[in-house]
Amino acid sequence: MRKIYTKIESINGSVISVLAKGISYREIAEVETRFGKTLAEVIRIKDDKVLLQVFMGGRGVSTGDKVRFLGRGVQVSFSDGLIGRIFDGSGNPRDNGPPLDENMMEVVNPPVNPVKRVIPTNMIQTGIPMIDVFNTLVESQKLPIFSISGEPYNELLARIALQAQVDVIILGGIGIKYDDYLFLREELDEGGALPRSICFIHTASDPIVEGLVVPDMCLAVAERFALQGKRILVLLTDMTNFADKLKEIAITQEQVPSNRGYPGDLYSQLAARYERAVDFEGAGSVTILGVTTMPGDDVTHPVPDNTGYITEGQYYLKNGRIEPFGSLSRLKQMVNKDTRDDHRDIMDGMIQLYANYKSSTEKRSMGFKMSSWDKKLIRYGELFEERLMSLTVNLPLIDALGVGWEILADCFEKEEVGMRSSLIKKYWPKKST
Amino acid sequence: MTKGTVRGINGNLIQTQVKGVVSLNEVAYVKSGSFSLKTEVIRISGDQAEMQVFENTGGVKVGDAVEFSGELLSVELGPGLLGSICDGLQAPLTVIAEDSGFFLPRGIERDSLSRDKKWEVSPNVEIGDVLEGGDTIATVPEGLFNHRIMVPFNLSGKIKSVKPSGTYTIDEVIAELVDDSGTVHPLRLFFKWPVKRPIMIAEERVRPTEPLVTKVRIIDSFLPIARGGTYCIPGPFGAGKTVLQHITSRNADVDIVVIAACGERAGEVVEVLREFPEIIDPKTGKSLMERTVIVCNTSSMPVAAREASVYTGVTIAEYYRQMGLNVLLLADSTSRWAQAMREMSGRLEEIPGEESFPAYLESVIAAFYERAGVIRLKDGRTGSVTIGGTVSPAGGNFEEPVTQATLKVVGAFHGLSRARAEARRYPSIDPLESWSRYPSFIDQDTRDILHQYTIRGNEVLEMMKVVGEEGTTIEDYLYYLKSEFLDAVFFQQNAYDPVDQSVSKERQRHVLQIITAILQGDMDLQEKEEARKVFNRLRQLFLDYNSSEWKSASFKKQEELVKNLLDEIRREG
Repeated sequence: MRKIYTKIESINGSVISVLAKGISYREIAEVETRFGKTLAEVIRIKDDKVLLQVFMGGRGVSTGDKVRFLGRGVQVSFSDGLIGRIFDGSGNPRDNGPPLDENMMEVVNPPVNPVKRVIPTNMIQTGIPMIDVFNTLVESQKLPIFSISGEPYNELLARIALQAQVDVIILGGIGIKYDDYLFLREELDEGGALPRSICFIHTASDPIVEGLVVPDMCLAVAERFALQGKRILVLLTDMTNFADKLKEIAITQEQVPSNRGYPGDLYSQLAARYERAVDFEGAGSVTILGVTTMPGDDVTHPVPDNTGYITEGQYYLKNGRIEPFGSLSRLKQMVNKDTRDDHRDIMDGMIQLYANYKSSTEKRSMGFKMSSWDKKLIRYGELFEERLMSLTVNLPLIDALGVGWEILADCFEKEEVGMRSSLIKKYWPKKST
Repeated sequence: MTKGTVRGINGNLIQTQVKGVVSLNEVAYVKSGSFSLKTEVIRISGDQAEMQVFENTGGVKVGDAVEFSGELLSVELGPGLLGSICDGLQAPLTVIAEDSGFFLPRGIERDSLSRDKKWEVSPNVEIGDVLEGGDTIATVPEGLFNHRIMVPFNLSGKIKSVKPSGTYTIDEVIAELVDDSGTVHPLRLFFKWPVKRPIMIAEERVRPTEPLVTKVRIIDSFLPIARGGTYCIPGPFGAGKTVLQHITSRNADVDIVVIAACGERAGEVVEVLREFPEIIDPKTGKSLMERTVIVCNTSSMPVAAREASVYTGVTIAEYYRQMGLNVLLLADSTSRWAQAMREMSGRLEEIPGEESFPAYLESVIAAFYERAGVIRLKDGRTGSVTIGGTVSPAGGNFEEPVTQATLKVVGAFHGLSRARAEARRYPSIDPLESWSRYPSFIDQDTRDILHQYTIRGNEVLEMMKVVGEEGTTIEDYLYYLKSEFLDAVFFQQNAYDPVDQSVSKERQRHVLQIITAILQGDMDLQEKEEARKVFNRLRQLFLDYNSSEWKSASFKKQEELVKNLLDEIRREG
């Protein structure tokens, strides 16, 4: 029988302290409050004084509440029975299914040994040309979707979840609106993706600290499935909430903030999650797509900034479409050499021309005369936006490449597009009269 | 041995009550359950020592025993380093993978260098020889090189005994040295050296002037780096820092490349790890891995070891320099290392400096880059360590402490620009903002011409944004087209084209002659529309020229086509 402590020394925000002996760092305790039981994690020990982070938050905790240490870290159940289920941030069912408590495992694992990783070689087709052609998603990649609040990022996530060719989808919600949760659930359900999905959903109305555990739970489960040889896609929304919760906690602990109030270890904290994306040698893979909402569309804000340095590129969602500027898939080179020989040239060539289109529209908006070249560019840019960039477009990769050539041939002469002559010879569409 | 007990735990910082003598930067082990966690002492006050832990501290309890080793944080230096991959504390990752599988469990200690492998040793000293630290006592063939077994750098004395030639493991004593006080030191094929103490045993330090060829045009011809010099690559995320480092690590004209992947993605290390053994180095005919050492502490590995990883990397580089070799150390990214210092400084509750980085940030960065350099050894040979560090400035803004502290101490600055990266102009080194203080194999006059056209072209571009194309004279417009042409066919380079990805010194010289002729050529072009068309054609021809094999038939043909076009538009007498 574990000892029960009945005296809480201090309560500050969501952090309480207890005098106790023989307690391990990062151990979990159960706190019995008048509002029911909640979990708490040991975050600092100094001699006999143990500081705990209460998952429910400090509100309603009294100095006379009972604290019982459990002698273990945060855990989650693991079995095939998880598939098709929806849980909250503590791992309790949110659907009508039974609670799962067999085969419990710690959510924090040691890092993967780099020598046991392999170079990813499989592309994940999504049917979205701005992803498949221009910024290919690759198995084991970690990519954020940079988005302003109000952009349809959850719609995009849902669409990727429905169309992505993977074995299991794990959806993690951190501090999302209840409505968004309902939306995502409905989309997955109607699209028929729910039977291959696992959801860990923490909504904005749930206890704050629980949200911090969601990415770890999702990734611990994903890792285990991947070791069984499955290909897993983890979708996290929204990682900015995750970072904000870290900030909140750091400030209540009186840590020296580094940048706009965020703790100095923000990079390490985010990296510890994103780096769990992996392609195991001789087993499956974990791919991570996480939404990062950018306060004020500012990519230099600490959260998108630190995220950008960790992840292998990003999708930049703006005006309802994935912008070619600011979007990048670092791993696309791994796969786009094997799709079709014109893939890379179309990808770079069309974007370079699109950049020129942007400067032409700038010139136009300042009232300058449009040269014939500018006019060509503007026609090109508009066609590009309509036929490839719009999120409503749904095309397999090869068809999308064909559309690319059609647009080029429609707007330019062969030597104006800056591509290798051999490719132009092979793919330039014959002008239909 | 000094012992202690854990009194407090805060993240990866542990407070210990110590019984006995303890020194700063000493290594200590926390015995927690079945684990033994490696730590380094970073602050001492009274009988309290504070230590940073190189592992996850989950599960550590107040009252756990601590054992102090009496040694500073060190690496093992000896044959077997080349081609190896280790973490920031030199734990051999391949060996750990064989024992532990997919994950890196805590508290695993393995010998950094294999104790079983036998080496062919030829001693070249005799009994009675008087030797100093760094003097060679034997040679061992290690891959491409003759690895010199040296007297540990802090010892000197007289040889008392020496073994005959033969095969030995690194743990076997091959000679004995008696120092002035009469103490006998057994000499093995390896010794340990503290990572934070620079190795510098030389007749003199020489100024770095010899260009280090990377086969990246914009670097070699325009913003060169020198053997033994230092350079930094700051850039926002996605600008291609790591790709540039990779290309450099493949093509750089040095003997050995040490890659210190510090707090970055594991995927990038994997690329090196999986690709390098397959790539044959044209210079040596052997796989690239044989000249590469990888020290990696990726971002999910424990933070404290991140700081150690750059020191581990530079110590290995310095060790090979003492053998008269040219070594390139690529540190990616120094910002992660600075952040690791910041995290620890915060936990120690030190007064923060700018952006909460510790006040000693600048001096630590300066001391690190100072470990680069060219040295002349006793026997007249020279060796060099070149350091290239990437910097990941917050928000891509170079006005931040790490970038600024680095710029003060490096000899070349390759600033990557987000605008160039977004326009897919790779490598995205900004030719306007970047600089280099080193000489190139391209003469200064030519470099000045390139510089002049780049600046002038940009001025015209800025002007056109205000007055429009129609308000620009044809002369100015030609400046603009020429600078764009220079950018497209010379500064930009296609990393995925088998030919264009690495361009030899000779070819760079050759191509630049044609390009400067075009830049300075008088062209018979009156209309902007026509000029633009001509330059589009010229660019197209040149791109095909760039991707044809040096001196092949198609190379000559393309050159011919370029020249014909130039003749067409040359202004007559």
